[in-house]
Amino acid sequence: MSARVGALCGHFEDIEQQRGAERLGMWMFLATEILFFGGVFLAYTVYRNWYSKDFAAISSLLNVTIAGINSVFLLVSSMTITFAIRACQLGNNSAQRKYLLATALLGSAFMGLKAYEYATDYHEGLVPWSSNFGKETLHGHEKPMLQVWEEEGVAPERVKMFLFFYYCMTGIHGVHLIIGIACVLYLYIRSVNKSLTADKYVAIEVTSLYWHLVDAIWLFIMPLLYLAGPHTTHQLGL
Amino acid sequence: MSTELGHTKSGASLDHHDSHPQADADHGHHPSYLHDGYGWRSWLFTVDHKRIGIMYLVAIIGFFFVGGMLAGLVRFNLVSPTGALLDNDQYNKVFTAHGVVMLFFVLIPAVPGVMGNFFVPIMIGAKDMAFPKLNIASWYVWMLGAIFAVTALMTGGIDTGWTLYPPYSSRSSHSNVVPGAMGVFISGFSSIMTGLNIIVTVHRMRAPGMTWGRLPLFIWAQYATSLIQLLGTPVLAIALTLLMVETATGWTGNPVGIFDPALGGDPLLFQHLFWFYSHPAVYIMILPGMGVVSEILTCFSRKNVFGYQAIAWSSVGIAVVGFIVWAHHMFVAGISYYAALLFSLLSMLVAVPSAIKVFNWTATLYRGSITFQAPMVFSLGFMVLFTIGGVTGLFLATLGTDIHLHDTYFVVAHFHFVMVGGMVLAFMAALHFWWPKMTGVMYSDFWSRLAAIVICLGYFLTFMPQFYLGYHGMPRRYPNYPPEMRVFNVLSTAGYTVQLAGFLMTATYLALSIFFGKKAGPNPWGATGLEWAIPSPPITHNFEHTPKVVAGPYEYSLNLTQTGEKADVR
Repeated sequence: MSARVGALCGHFEDIEQQRGAERLGMWMFLATEILFFGGVFLAYTVYRNWYSKDFAAISSLLNVTIAGINSVFLLVSSMTITFAIRACQLGNNSAQRKYLLATALLGSAFMGLKAYEYATDYHEGLVPWSSNFGKETLHGHEKPMLQVWEEEGVAPERVKMFLFFYYCMTGIHGVHLIIGIACVLYLYIRSVNKSLTADKYVAIEVTSLYWHLVDAIWLFIMPLLYLAGPHTTHQLGL
Repeated sequence: MSTELGHTKSGASLDHHDSHPQADADHGHHPSYLHDGYGWRSWLFTVDHKRIGIMYLVAIIGFFFVGGMLAGLVRFNLVSPTGALLDNDQYNKVFTAHGVVMLFFVLIPAVPGVMGNFFVPIMIGAKDMAFPKLNIASWYVWMLGAIFAVTALMTGGIDTGWTLYPPYSSRSSHSNVVPGAMGVFISGFSSIMTGLNIIVTVHRMRAPGMTWGRLPLFIWAQYATSLIQLLGTPVLAIALTLLMVETATGWTGNPVGIFDPALGGDPLLFQHLFWFYSHPAVYIMILPGMGVVSEILTCFSRKNVFGYQAIAWSSVGIAVVGFIVWAHHMFVAGISYYAALLFSLLSMLVAVPSAIKVFNWTATLYRGSITFQAPMVFSLGFMVLFTIGGVTGLFLATLGTDIHLHDTYFVVAHFHFVMVGGMVLAFMAALHFWWPKMTGVMYSDFWSRLAAIVICLGYFLTFMPQFYLGYHGMPRRYPNYPPEMRVFNVLSTAGYTVQLAGFLMTATYLALSIFFGKKAGPNPWGATGLEWAIPSPPITHNFEHTPKVVAGPYEYSLNLTQTGEKADVR
């Protein structure tokens, strides 16, 4: 049944039928991903409209510099994975390895910076279920954030709700990216083994479709979460 | 009935399309899929869509038994106005377990998992699903989800009802909500995998000549079902994810919530997300059944199906309209008046494609040469019970009457008529229709007809009294009721035992047929689909040679199979 002849699996009539099936399968999967993230985007949008002042207050405490650098990482990685497809089609194995490795490294750099950002969030008291929530003094404020929010009329439970979304959305996105990095590394290993040859380029193509989607979702998450409130130049100076 | 076709060699019906006469020499060398390897490894590591279908069948029969026993506990508890068997907490957990097991581990995967896996590739002339490894993965993922959910339900249980509404589920209920939700979340991936596989298979794997206009209506129905599985399931997944995170934050002592009104959240948001999947999910359950019934009614009335295009497109129509009716579950939950009006109107619209199907089936039966074998009896039962379920659905879609009937036994009776009277009967019809193809043997004609009649009457007796109970105000999910309602509850429980007898009969004669049934032959019903042009049971690759489709799916008036053979030898 699954006897392979080169790139062709036994249950397909020809290689174009197989490639078409693999592409369509990935597009269908991406449709489910859009609906999956769509649900949390919808929920976020509802509360963003109801509690816009509170959401703006907490959004402006997030680290927009890291988010900006991370956006650049992902955009460039989308470019490198596309170059990897072309290199594979042309049979240029060394370029194919180079671009796949670059893609995985850029994705890993994103996750590394994200992990650093989570750590700073924790130390800044921005984890709603930890005991030091809101007890730190941040970004030129004179008092702990809970007092600042009280004076500004910002409700702490709404701040917590924003952070709930922040961790859920970036966390789910991060899980997707880790899966993407694992897939790209798998392709890289197959390239090093010289088993990912030109006739199997679709493997890189469908992985790139997924990669682009994870990239595109970040491009929605980033402004929704990080740019919901104003940021001072003081913050941007890291 | 189980007459052999005149062919002596397996796959002979495809021969004359083959341009290489010497290829005939291959015939007879391929074993059937059941004999292509033995032992547990040949099953658990298989990628053959037919074996995966059988694995789904075995698991679903097991879950159906568990869910049926739980239903029995509910029914027998209601024999007494004060609860005959269980205390209130146990009762809550039992009906929740019944709902979760029956919905996520029987009804949703039943026809797509068993008949979809087994027959979609064969009916379109493919050797396998587009992604065989994804297919076996879907079974394992589904079993993993089932282990989570069933363990949660059996060790401590969940007392929220299958709908898991917060804030009760996330804050007040100290039962196994999180592992149960996790089980449903995981099994959702399996549903997506199956749906994705079927869509890609139908798009890319059709045999030469199998145009969209020649697809059997079962394939159209499966295709529409798969669209809902793909687009609906992820929304439930995110709703459950948010619910689980919200519940987990409560464990830290610093609860954060987006559904908890005490913290500024909105429980209605969960209900919207939940029903955005869970209403279309009822079409995941019923649409494949409609496809099955379309196959069987036309076969056993020996007539071309009436209104092929209408039935095919009404499947797609149900899938589309089914996505914009969800808030009719929330008429009394506090949604805006105008939203309720709109959803009331949209909900009635979904009756239109369903009615189109029923009218076309009726027209198919008109002046047909009808024979009443078990698949046909089940299908006719489906038509009656589904129509009752559908029409009472209109009562509930109507805003005014829903205020009165909401959360009563009227609702319970309505959705059981559609889900059980509709879907389970369709599954039984499919099982009886394709049993000779899947196993190669024929079951007892007499006992199968008798069981079909017993099960149909049992359904009627179980759920008809519940309409009365609900109309007179008996709420669903209550363990107690006023004594004057007792006679109808006892009638309903009696109906349950009749059904149970019918199902035990079915289990018995189907099991016996495996050992003692006579050989079915490739086409016992004289049907026209591609699946009847190959031996029973089929070989691993389904077809000795890629079939060439030359006719529509139901050319009963010309007596032609889709490969241009004579269909009926009776």
